[in-house]
Amino acid sequence: MENAPETNADQNPEEFYRSPTTTPEADPWALPLEDIDLATGAIFQAQKHHEYFKRLRQENPVHYHDKNPEIGPYWSLTRYEDIMAVDTDFERFSSEPSIALFDELLGEERAPMFIAMDPPRHDEQRGAVLPAVGPVRLKDLDQLIRKRTVEVLDELPTGTPFNWVEKVSIELTTRMLATLFDFPFEERRKLTFWSEIITTPPILMGLTIEDRLNHLGECLQTFTALFKERQFEGNESQDFISLLANNPATADLEGVELLGNLMLLIVGGNDTTRNSMSAGVLFMHENPAEFQKIKDDQSLIPSAVAEIIRYQTPLSYMRRTAKEDVEIRGKQIKKGDKIAMWYASGNRDESFFPDADKFIIDRPNVRRHMAFGFGIHRCMGNRVAEAQLRIVWEEILKRFERLEVVAEPERVEHSFVHGIKALQVIAHPKGNKP
Amino acid sequence: MTRIHVTDASGASHVVEAPNGESLMSALLNAGIDGILADCGGGCACATCHCYIEGDGMDRVGEANSLENLMLDSAAAERRDNSRLSCQIDVTEALEGLKVTVAENA
Ligand code: HEM
Ligand code: FES
Repeated sequence: MENAPETNADQNPEEFYRSPTTTPEADPWALPLEDIDLATGAIFQAQKHHEYFKRLRQENPVHYHDKNPEIGPYWSLTRYEDIMAVDTDFERFSSEPSIALFDELLGEERAPMFIAMDPPRHDEQRGAVLPAVGPVRLKDLDQLIRKRTVEVLDELPTGTPFNWVEKVSIELTTRMLATLFDFPFEERRKLTFWSEIITTPPILMGLTIEDRLNHLGECLQTFTALFKERQFEGNESQDFISLLANNPATADLEGVELLGNLMLLIVGGNDTTRNSMSAGVLFMHENPAEFQKIKDDQSLIPSAVAEIIRYQTPLSYMRRTAKEDVEIRGKQIKKGDKIAMWYASGNRDESFFPDADKFIIDRPNVRRHMAFGFGIHRCMGNRVAEAQLRIVWEEILKRFERLEVVAEPERVEHSFVHGIKALQVIAHPKGNKP
Repeated sequence: MTRIHVTDASGASHVVEAPNGESLMSALLNAGIDGILADCGGGCACATCHCYIEGDGMDRVGEANSLENLMLDSAAAERRDNSRLSCQIDVTEALEGLKVTVAENA
């Protein structure tokens, strides 16, 4: 496989750099500011990140850390307003070469994807796939998503614990993705697998680097075949592959260039939607009064979905690179410096969201949460994600009295993807009430 | 400042004093105009700042670029010949007295 992106994720997990100072045990309020390394998966896994962010928002909203040998020096923005300003200023803050602090989290440097491109290339390529999530298509998708959601929920065991992540979140998200790609439905789990291959160091999956390249090779081969098949005049299909294959801006993509954008489309909607689906169940379990609100008034579901996404913030940050020297709150940021826009912090900024640490499904300004980013890279799939989540809650309410979480959730050790690996749930079906 | 005559999503009329150099979307959003959601903060990436430009206004506001054209196709409300995304229009003196109607953004 010549064309697969290489990866730098080949370290032994034992050898991953972990900050010696920023640990789950440390006191976020006592550490010297310069020792705070927010790019530490362990504090997210332990749910300690909120306290760090709270302190930085108050004491050091534009924060600098230069002791992480894997990332090098980087700035952190923690206030809503500052994040918004940088996210909407693509002229001074570039998305190239990468949108993660680790330069090649997704291998984007070698497999180019438009989330990590600036205009005009970004606009051309985003423009090509946009119709896949346009309003006309969304209407059709709505019905399909509902049908598939119903199938999954109807098969759930009742009265005994099961892993919600595996049985519902992964399954539904995979079905949604298969639909967007018009991917052979029976083989849909390949999409989940490839997504995992892309985002996970191989050793954590029990694979060698070579295995990984082979799998990515198979991914590219499978998609290239579909791409060729669907490349013909008059193909009006609105799936991602047909759109890429027939738009002049992307029709000639091949090899890594094609793989890059496929990877973005596979990964972009996968963990994010999945983790929102799992987190929502946890939040409703922890906040029964909020759950009662949507039971009493289903028209609150869209607002509840937005609040779930705010409260979870499935992607903790996006990175930008300064294209020129800039000053933010008196700090001198130099051309070429890395900047992390911590959505996870902006979404808990008390000056924008009153009682930001509370889960309140009908907060008035919830629509202005930052979890989808702002500006030209604003999430392209937010409408689909919101539709999938709205439908899942509508169908849950038809079937279940409540979903009871019966064990501590297992979380991911990651500072970029904020996720839940396992969530043990007992589904309590509705009684004979109408 | 440039005066813009706005009919909001619920049909009410307003006159907005829009600062020159800002986008029309920011002026409408800051004036609290009903129907301007501007989810993406002006990135031409959400189409929830969609407006209809009335009268001879289309000649004054300039042309939509290709990405805006695509976004207009994916707007929630009907696209018309006089559809524009207000975040892609810069306020200048040349827009004095412009009349716009806010689309039913969702
Ligand atoms: C709750 C679910 C989701 C969350 C929280 C989320 C979050 C994000 C964020 C934060 C960005 C970057 C914004 C920025 O840089 O300003 C983004 C971009 C993107 N997302 Fe999502 N996303 C979700 C679901 C989806 C889905 C379902 C899809 C596709 C099917 C998708 C496809 C994309 C794409 C293609 C981009 C790149 C856009 C660009 O660079 O122009 N996302 N998303
Ligand atoms: S504000 Fe999003 S397109 Fe104008």
